[in-house]
Amino acid sequence: MEYEIREVDGASVVVLQGDIDLETSPQSRKVLLECIEKRSPVLVDMSGVTYIDSSGIASLVEALQKSRQNKCLFALVAVSEGALRVINLARLDKVFVIHGTVEDGLKEAASS
Amino acid sequence: MIKKTPQKTDELLLSFKFNSRPDQLKLVRAKVTETVTSCGCTGNTIQDFVIAVDEACQNIIRHAYQGQPDGEIILEICKQNDDIVVLLRDFAHTVDPNLIKPRDLDDLRPGGLGTHFMQEVMDEVTFMPPPQEGGNLLKMKKRIT
Repeated sequence: MEYEIREVDGASVVVLQGDIDLETSPQSRKVLLECIEKRSPVLVDMSGVTYIDSSGIASLVEALQKSRQNKCLFALVAVSEGALRVINLARLDKVFVIHGTVEDGLKEAASS
Repeated sequence: MIKKTPQKTDELLLSFKFNSRPDQLKLVRAKVTETVTSCGCTGNTIQDFVIAVDEACQNIIRHAYQGQPDGEIILEICKQNDDIVVLLRDFAHTVDPNLIKPRDLDDLRPGGLGTHFMQEVMDEVTFMPPPQEGGNLLKMKKRIT
């Protein structure tokens, strides 16, 4: 897994790429929680996620819970088809805020 | 080879032995993809097998071997008429299958989804009676036609 963090209009856009699995999910968890600690909106660009397993989903859930505590936006954007299917399997598609594009996510971040 | 399997009517497609380390899972997923693709599986069906095997291996690594990296895991994939059967054998302490249950999905918390995923994407998930030599044997089955 590779990641990149871009600061755009006061929001952190975390671009995750590759496989998020038992080996790499500790890194995704750390990156997401560090961004949420800044208490600014966090958008997770998942367009390049080729595989995500239950441990990867767990890192997203933990980040979501932390963002709720910090009262900041946490949204998934441009989720790849494979990752979205796993999110649906976990019945989390209505729990996460999901936007089709980074731009749509940034619009919500600007109004939050 | 895992004892008692495959049955006479089975066609053994893959037998792969690996250690209980997270960095092995990418290779395991590639082996599963290659094997079920060779049987004509496509799209979501391939992903179903990958998810089920990956989650089952995670459970073995985390719960059976409890993070010990040198445990042995044997994966076998067989074709049995119109079904693909996956067998996963480990040699850790025997786990009580009654304690392995999917959690309530309405309870939003990190973790505990692996067993739910396996049951969602496979037709059958069965913890077989513990082998005489100890350890655990998991059988998963899915019809592909």
